[in-house]
Amino acid sequence: MNQSPFSNALQTTELSGARSLVESLKREGVEYIFGVNGGAAMPIFDALYGETDIKLIPMRHEQGCSHAADGYARATGKVGVALATSGPGATNLVTGIATAYMDSIPMVAITGQVFTHYIGSDAFQECDVIGVTRPICKHSYLIKSSDEVADVVAEAFHIARTGKPGPVVIDIAKDAQMKEAPYHYPASVDIRSYKPQVHGDPGQIAKAAELIKQAKRPMLYAGGGVVLADASAELRELTLKTGIPITVTLMGLGAFPETHPLAMEMPGMHGSCCANYAFTDSDLVVAIGARFDDRVTGDLGKFAPNAKKIHIDIDASCIGKNVLIDVPIVGDAKSVLTELNKQVGRADIDAWRAQIQEWKQKYPFEYEQKGDKVMPQYVIEQIYEHYSDAIVVADVGQHQMWAAQYFKFTEPRQWLNSGGLGTMGFSLPAAIGAQLGCPDKTVVNINGDGSYIMTIQELVPAITLKLPLKIFIINNMYLGMVRQWQELFHGKRYSAVDYHDNPDFAMLAQAFGATGLRVEHVEDVRPALQKAKGIDDGPVVIDFIVAEEENVFPMVPAGAGLGDVIRGLS
Amino acid sequence: MENINSDERHIFSVLVENRFGVLARVAGLFSGRGFNIDSLNVAETHDESISQMTLVTHGDAQIIEQIYQHLNRLIDVIEVTDLTTGTHVERELVLIKLSAEPHERAEILQVAEIFRARVVDVKPTSLTLEITGDEGKLNAAIEVLDIYGILELARTGKIAMLRGVND
Repeated sequence: MNQSPFSNALQTTELSGARSLVESLKREGVEYIFGVNGGAAMPIFDALYGETDIKLIPMRHEQGCSHAADGYARATGKVGVALATSGPGATNLVTGIATAYMDSIPMVAITGQVFTHYIGSDAFQECDVIGVTRPICKHSYLIKSSDEVADVVAEAFHIARTGKPGPVVIDIAKDAQMKEAPYHYPASVDIRSYKPQVHGDPGQIAKAAELIKQAKRPMLYAGGGVVLADASAELRELTLKTGIPITVTLMGLGAFPETHPLAMEMPGMHGSCCANYAFTDSDLVVAIGARFDDRVTGDLGKFAPNAKKIHIDIDASCIGKNVLIDVPIVGDAKSVLTELNKQVGRADIDAWRAQIQEWKQKYPFEYEQKGDKVMPQYVIEQIYEHYSDAIVVADVGQHQMWAAQYFKFTEPRQWLNSGGLGTMGFSLPAAIGAQLGCPDKTVVNINGDGSYIMTIQELVPAITLKLPLKIFIINNMYLGMVRQWQELFHGKRYSAVDYHDNPDFAMLAQAFGATGLRVEHVEDVRPALQKAKGIDDGPVVIDFIVAEEENVFPMVPAGAGLGDVIRGLS
Repeated sequence: MENINSDERHIFSVLVENRFGVLARVAGLFSGRGFNIDSLNVAETHDESISQMTLVTHGDAQIIEQIYQHLNRLIDVIEVTDLTTGTHVERELVLIKLSAEPHERAEILQVAEIFRARVVDVKPTSLTLEITGDEGKLNAAIEVLDIYGILELARTGKIAMLRGVND
């Protein structure tokens, strides 16, 4: 029944637009589609009914669809696919599309649209999706005729996964889904106006190599672009060959093992003192797939004031956007690093390396045990001890920073989080996508009590699919990161952050049909994590009731320079 | 340190796919990133699949570089040229409807002649002129003609082209 109409190699079969879409998605190797059904997308869902090559994963809210597609893409490197109906279905996808856009995640978001003759008439569930998503996607298409489907899908996937990856929106009018047209899938895609530059300019790479040779206090600063380009091996080679200390951003964690002596850990607002001091003292910063985000640089006037800067990025518009660059290199991180590695040798910087080691030892991430409270940092340390090989999907807030600080990531795509947009509610649906994409890995979702409840409905598909997710809530009964800022900068005026009215998340998990545990005492942390390991027929939710007013340190206050980091302790 | 804040005017020639929504993408890029558009002109080229946009903007060197890069980043943009980096020709066209009583007409026509304006419409008490030229010429013409009372004015954005043969 579900045989491909091409099993007999009939190249000119007439197919409905919806059928063409499904056939085209198969050609692109799509395994999963995360969708919520609705009026203007019904022909597509109908074409997916009983489909075996592509598994349709019904989510409970469209935001869950785009985050799940995103999580799948981050974990696997493949293009994630989300599907929703017109109007509210499409607008609900928007947060997930924007999240993917900010972190350059390859995704194709498909939305149904009202009949072409209704477009512009304020029809039921009509929304100008192309207009709404224009600034938050890499590109978008409105399909008004079924014969456009194959070409658009081929282009959309090509654009989503090449160059600087990103989400592409395909909006399909309902009549274009229903009408039949001859189907032919293009063998290749050539877009005259889109030619991403992969290879870096050899002259610029030689200049970079020369600067690296001359530097006395060089540092590598790698970001999410290294993960996206699958350039982790090349980055490791560069680091080990030169012996130059390296800091990896929130988006790049795992690209270089944080357990290595040269690793200075994450830089920026809640980064390590070592990385931040290194920026301040360095004479050469080599940025690779990192974009000098304000959360990394702090006050730009005080950022790496003595350093020459080399910037390797696939996106020319990213270079020189925030910081003046001495040697810009536009190209794919993997290709550029491969060339650069041929031209560099061991750097003669023993004094600088010794300085880095001193900072590392003097200012590690640390916290104080307060009374008999369960400290959130302790929970993360224990999660790391129990699940060091797991894929960790974090949400946004204090728990995200603690996870980034206390879990030592060693592999790329091991750490998934919404770094750019900072989308609360991202992690549970993203964890579903990651687990489906990587069925042999353990997926740990570290969540906050505020963020968890924003997309809690996605526990339903996780249970239905029997996904063995480990959902760990760092519950401090506050919108913790905002509370921290209120404590430090708003005179403790805790406006709209008190979450003491949270439900009992363990009982709530049980009501959904998952295993739910509640941990209130330090001595129960390890046994609970151990118990969670043994549950593999569905999700387990552990609600860790932690110290309520613990703050994330170190901290570079917004607008301050990296050298002005508040260490927190001592 | 010397504070160099050289706000310069630049004219970009942008070749784009002649396709639904392209203008919105370009305009949205400027509004979304806080860049300025002084004028924008769009029309099909001799190749009907390609449109030409002439975009006048201003900003310091870093902003201009960002505008150039972000325009290039749009999928539908085929080619971006900053015409201000080379010698170029730029033209605008203006239609001016003047209050012109019969006794003023001869004088107005004399002024029009100086600016090589063409009369495109005459009515008992009004006169409509068409003038092409660069920005300075049009501004001068408007200043002089305003003495007679401008009833209505419509001005195109700039179009521009590099001199000589392109590679």
